[in-house]
Amino acid sequence: MASVTAAPEVMVTADGTPLKVSLHRALRRNKIRAFLLVLPLLAFLGFTFLWPIGVMMFRSVENSLVSTVMYRTVPLLAQWDETTGDLPDEAVFEALVQDVTEGFKNRTIGKVGTRLNYEEPGMSSIFRTSPKKFKKITEGPYKEKVIEAHKGWGDVDKWRLIKREGRPFTSSYYLAAIDRKLDNLGSITSQPAERQIYVKLFIRTLWMSALITGLCLLLGFPISFLLATLPTKTSNLLMILVLLPFWTSLLVRTTSWIAILQQHGVINDILVAIGLVSDDARLGMIHNQIGTVVAMTHILLPFMVLPLYSVMKTIPPSYMRAARSLGANPALAFWRVYMPQTVPGIGAGGILVFIIAIGYYITPALVGGTKGTLISNFIDYHMRVSLNWGLAAALGIILLGLILFLYIIYDRVVGIDNMKLG
Amino acid sequence: MSSEHSDYIVRFEEVQKSYDGVQLVVKNLNLDVSRGEFLTMLGPSGSGKTTCLMMLAGFETATHGEIYLDDVPINNVPPHKRGIGMVFQNYALFPHMTVAENLAFPLEVRNLGKSEIEAKVQRALDMVRLSEFGNRRPAQLSGGQQQRVAVARSLVFEPDLVLMDEPLGALDKNLREEMQYEIKHIHENLGVSMVYVTHDQSEALTMSNRIAVFDDGIIQQLSTPDDLYERPMNAFVASFIGENNKLNGRVVESNGELCTVEVDGAPIKALSVNHGGVGQGTTLSLRPERVTVGVEDDGSFPNVFSAKTEEIIYLGDHVRTRFSVCGHDDFIVKMPNAAGHIVLNEGESIKVGWHAEDCRALDA
Repeated sequence: MASVTAAPEVMVTADGTPLKVSLHRALRRNKIRAFLLVLPLLAFLGFTFLWPIGVMMFRSVENSLVSTVMYRTVPLLAQWDETTGDLPDEAVFEALVQDVTEGFKNRTIGKVGTRLNYEEPGMSSIFRTSPKKFKKITEGPYKEKVIEAHKGWGDVDKWRLIKREGRPFTSSYYLAAIDRKLDNLGSITSQPAERQIYVKLFIRTLWMSALITGLCLLLGFPISFLLATLPTKTSNLLMILVLLPFWTSLLVRTTSWIAILQQHGVINDILVAIGLVSDDARLGMIHNQIGTVVAMTHILLPFMVLPLYSVMKTIPPSYMRAARSLGANPALAFWRVYMPQTVPGIGAGGILVFIIAIGYYITPALVGGTKGTLISNFIDYHMRVSLNWGLAAALGIILLGLILFLYIIYDRVVGIDNMKLG
Repeated sequence: MSSEHSDYIVRFEEVQKSYDGVQLVVKNLNLDVSRGEFLTMLGPSGSGKTTCLMMLAGFETATHGEIYLDDVPINNVPPHKRGIGMVFQNYALFPHMTVAENLAFPLEVRNLGKSEIEAKVQRALDMVRLSEFGNRRPAQLSGGQQQRVAVARSLVFEPDLVLMDEPLGALDKNLREEMQYEIKHIHENLGVSMVYVTHDQSEALTMSNRIAVFDDGIIQQLSTPDDLYERPMNAFVASFIGENNKLNGRVVESNGELCTVEVDGAPIKALSVNHGGVGQGTTLSLRPERVTVGVEDDGSFPNVFSAKTEEIIYLGDHVRTRFSVCGHDDFIVKMPNAAGHIVLNEGESIKVGWHAEDCRALDA
């Protein structure tokens, strides 16, 4: 038997080129055209989305300031053993004087002070007062004269800090963002109680976002159901009412809530007028968590209604009828047959509202007071007021990571394919 | 089926329905459905047949009149308490449940025991030959399989009455015919009463014990399939059921059962059914297969006329020929493709004849 297993024959076109090559060539032009069509968007996304996020991630760990300005001191400190408890030697103090004097001339030494002050309060003042006194130091012994100029320089911990923050990358921003810090010998410890704010803030942000999402669902579900079941003419009109808030300025909507909720606002006046609340015990409903929750629920409601509505619109009424004809009372038919089919809409609306709420900024800033502010308000504070961009970036990255984490959980539990945005 | 009930499972009594308060969609409906009967409501879209079904199921309320189920008036009984099985146009299988869960649903809401539910679901699946498909989702089934699940679900809780709202509309032709027989056999085996809505007359003729032909909110005729085809009572029924030659004329003589109608100057002998009397206009209805081609004028047929062949369409088992007869050029004759049949050419003239009994004088 001379049966030979023939190698699978390569299909060729009429002129002899392999079929796959020919097919690839025929499709290449279309692929290039499709790519060119999305290229502007890709470039835009890269420029406005990926690049800034990359910059932000870099900023959250970047730490070149101390080593650039104190370029003489930092390399020398590397050889110093900080565990012995002895001060660095004479050469380091000489380098310090030169660095501080030059940094003062270049107006950069103040930044170093500010940077180190994030880690340990008091560092800023040392760096503010030292340069003037260092001017008088022209020759050795530097060590004694420097400590004389500011006794802070005699503290080993200060030197440890400079050595640590002289490294080009730091984890201190992330640690600060979760209320931790490195102690003098570089192990992680808690911040002092009065400086522990961010973990609490993250938790508050999460649960307030969850509460707002829940309220949106509670309010949005019946509206969406109504919109989906009414005749098109009426539902279109109601849809405009749902969308109306979108067309009004966010600022106007938020400030109108101030007018309604404030101590001498509409609601309090009515409650006092009908005697439910006495005049000197008016309810505080603004500049606290209630204000934030109410205003944000109102603003985010359309994001819940729209995906819910679009899902409900596709559920034919015959399902409910079938359930009724099979013997289920209206409530049971709704619960067993209608509700499960709205899950994609609930998922989409819920995740949309939650993710927008978790990063929301303007409304809590206006009506949140101190109790009702969210993490993004603190990111803003560090961006614009304290100018601690590293901490702002670290908070932002943690927030981003948190959202991605929740998204993955959602995918595991509900399945992202089960989501329908419209 | 206890003896204290009457023979009718459903009775419509002077039922009227209006959606807008201006027009009646259903005008004075009186209809009885016997126990165990397969009754079809047949009619064009907008004729009110689906509205009647929905009133019976409880999804629409009658504007006037009363509907009785087992002699109990049910106008104020909500749908889930009527215990009527229903198959919907697009099956309405719950997409988030498996086939078995779909079938278990009506049993669960009736709080049956778990083992009982399992047994009944399995029996229902066996009935529609889908025993292996219990764990599939409806979307994973073909149209015909979904259809069978829908039928099984409407029967699983053993209702006395099952309603079907154009259940075969979404299937292709072969599958539709197969399902017609399947539903017919299920009906015969289980003995349930069925009310079936369709606009497809062949479906109605295949399956039904009786057919109610709806048009314009009125039952035009309620008869058995053969009666409906052989003896239509008005022009609408004649033209809606089966193919039909219509000849418009005027009654010139009426003599007992028979009458003479003048069509384009030619006197045609016909059966008096539903015309307005001498001098009134009438529509003659004549089935294409009841016309004989190539007859002699020797008295064997009371009606013999000369016909000019206009068009011949070869359809295998029969030849469909369009003639010009008595001023009507849309006169269709079906000639069976039997041995030795007459071969015609277009333009040729020949004599055609038919019996007076096959030619029914109906309303104008």
